[in-house]
Amino acid sequence: MTEAESARTGAGADAQAVCARHGNNPAALLEILHDIQDEAGFVAEAVLPAIAGALNLSRAEVYGVVSFYHDYRRAPAGPVVVKLCRAEACQSMGALALIEAVCAARGIVLGGTSEDGVTIEPVYCLGNCALAPAAMVNGKLVGRADTERLDIAMREARS
Amino acid sequence: MTVVVYVPRDSAARSVGADAVAKAIAVQADARGVAVKIVRNGSRGMFWLEPLVEVETGTGRVAYGPVASGDVAALFDAGFLTGAAHALALGPTEEIPYLKNQERLTFARVGVIDPLDLASLSALGGLDGLKAALAMDGEAICAAITESGLRGRGGAGFPAGIKWKTVHDQPTGRKYICCNADEGDSGTFADRMIMEGDPFTLIEGMAIAGLAVGAEDGYVYIRSEYPDAIETMSAAADLMEQAGWLGADIGGSGRSFHLHIRRGAGAYICGEESSMLESLEGKRGTVRAKPPIPAIHGLFGKPTVVNNVLTLATVPVILAKGADYYKGFGMGRSRGTKPFQLAGNIRQGGLVEKAFGITLRQLVEEFGGGTASGRPFRAAQIGGPLGAYVNDAMLDIETDYENLAAAQAMLGHGGIVVFDDSVDMAAMARFAFEFCEIESCGKCTPCRIGAVRGKETVEKIQRGENVAANLELVGDLCETMRDGSLCAMGGLTPMPVLSAMRLFPEDFDPLHSKSGPLMAAE
Repeated sequence: MTEAESARTGAGADAQAVCARHGNNPAALLEILHDIQDEAGFVAEAVLPAIAGALNLSRAEVYGVVSFYHDYRRAPAGPVVVKLCRAEACQSMGALALIEAVCAARGIVLGGTSEDGVTIEPVYCLGNCALAPAAMVNGKLVGRADTERLDIAMREARS
Repeated sequence: MTVVVYVPRDSAARSVGADAVAKAIAVQADARGVAVKIVRNGSRGMFWLEPLVEVETGTGRVAYGPVASGDVAALFDAGFLTGAAHALALGPTEEIPYLKNQERLTFARVGVIDPLDLASLSALGGLDGLKAALAMDGEAICAAITESGLRGRGGAGFPAGIKWKTVHDQPTGRKYICCNADEGDSGTFADRMIMEGDPFTLIEGMAIAGLAVGAEDGYVYIRSEYPDAIETMSAAADLMEQAGWLGADIGGSGRSFHLHIRRGAGAYICGEESSMLESLEGKRGTVRAKPPIPAIHGLFGKPTVVNNVLTLATVPVILAKGADYYKGFGMGRSRGTKPFQLAGNIRQGGLVEKAFGITLRQLVEEFGGGTASGRPFRAAQIGGPLGAYVNDAMLDIETDYENLAAAQAMLGHGGIVVFDDSVDMAAMARFAFEFCEIESCGKCTPCRIGAVRGKETVEKIQRGENVAANLELVGDLCETMRDGSLCAMGGLTPMPVLSAMRLFPEDFDPLHSKSGPLMAAE
């Protein structure tokens, strides 16, 4: 299967194996979805029936959980994911202007993915409010974020 | 002789380069043939000085900061390993006024120890609380917590001992301890600092709660935005289990307590206790109607203690030093200490643990040193995105639960977000509604619909449409949300909105408003 095909079907993650690792316990659904997303990059619609079957839930219940939580992606993101905080503490240090500048530099709107594979998403608090504005680049926290520091973090994330 | 050097592993310190500094110190030490042991401690909570490097000297720990990796060679040249003078030298760490003037009970060991070194924890009194609890019966532990006056530090301020007693008094059977570590409030980072800086103390507090109420399983629900905290907590739980302080036979007592770490998935609402319980059960994080309360019908329908990280992390010191010791701090009905978090546009942002009663002005001006921008202070939001804004005149309020409530504000989780005079309070009121729109679980109408209509109405005010009528409409809508919502999300969103309208009416007067064009709707 080509990479493009596996991305479309979400076959990158073996949902049944992941569920089994969590004892097919329906209470572990959030952890299961995290594991699938960590492996495949997103939670494809195609894996939902397998999860529902393994956990003895309806597909609607699984879909309801996937769509409720902001973390779960229904489509792949770019290789670099930049989360920019737009909560109050970061706003007090110019976060909204920073977000506008970062998006404008790549010609995308917040939530989009640029041609060079950078996905820029909003987030509401990263717990780094004394070093605002805060950002997270591929899971790595960046404090006192500005366009220059973010560019460095994005370069590091690619290498 | 090996010199011990401390470089924080706290994610905030790492967000401004602590890893590079630690690496540079190792490289320089190697090149110069000096024996250096680098300990990755938690953060002292003085974030404007991060990365804060400390050196163990004959006369105690000496601090340097903020250190950039490029400064390291010069620090070696100056002889920082012996505590020598340098432009970045701050003197003995404990003498830095910001730290010296605090009363650290919950945070006593945060920033002092390697968070995953059980030996250094024990040397500083760690596990003393759990050992004391193992010698007491459940009723006596609940009584000690009640006597200490400890109230829920997550924001609601409910007496912890009474909650525990309720769970204790339920019939024997499966019960749970749930630690709410879904610290989503903007301006707060105390839970994260505990989990990354002294995770053993939180786990100790949960084990004590288990002994008190007869629960053998505990869950920590940590937000996914805190990957480092999840990692540190998981490692700490493993170490506690290996050392026999968690598991089937804690401390050789024959009693058991098992800990489970769970990741959230980016939903702010899961900081609300019933929504967190739904999420722990693998469901959508929608709130439950109360009653029944979680203490009677909680996780999987069983009696459950739900407490915040700070509440549970404060339990060990109470058991170790006694309820009277803890009760001796504070004022009125707010006993003990409160970890305040200074955030936003503030020069000296960080963690300040002080007895209740300190004024907001002391926190913002004496500890915080005023705004980061140097412009005049205009507003502060106390207690997260659902907390009220205060103006300069209100900074003289002495912080306790009742005082803030009397001033139509709340202490919440202790976050204080400072804004300078460039803030547009109509934009902040609009944002409060927008945040509620994004994060509402959708179960009750006042919250789900009210947030959207509120945002639209504030936008009309910003555009100058029927301003007086629309202000009145926002007031009505807020009343409906406050009185009709199932939980604090919809119920308290009116707090920031109404406080902004009441204290900063000039910003809701579009003829004189300085607000620029509205941000495009997402």
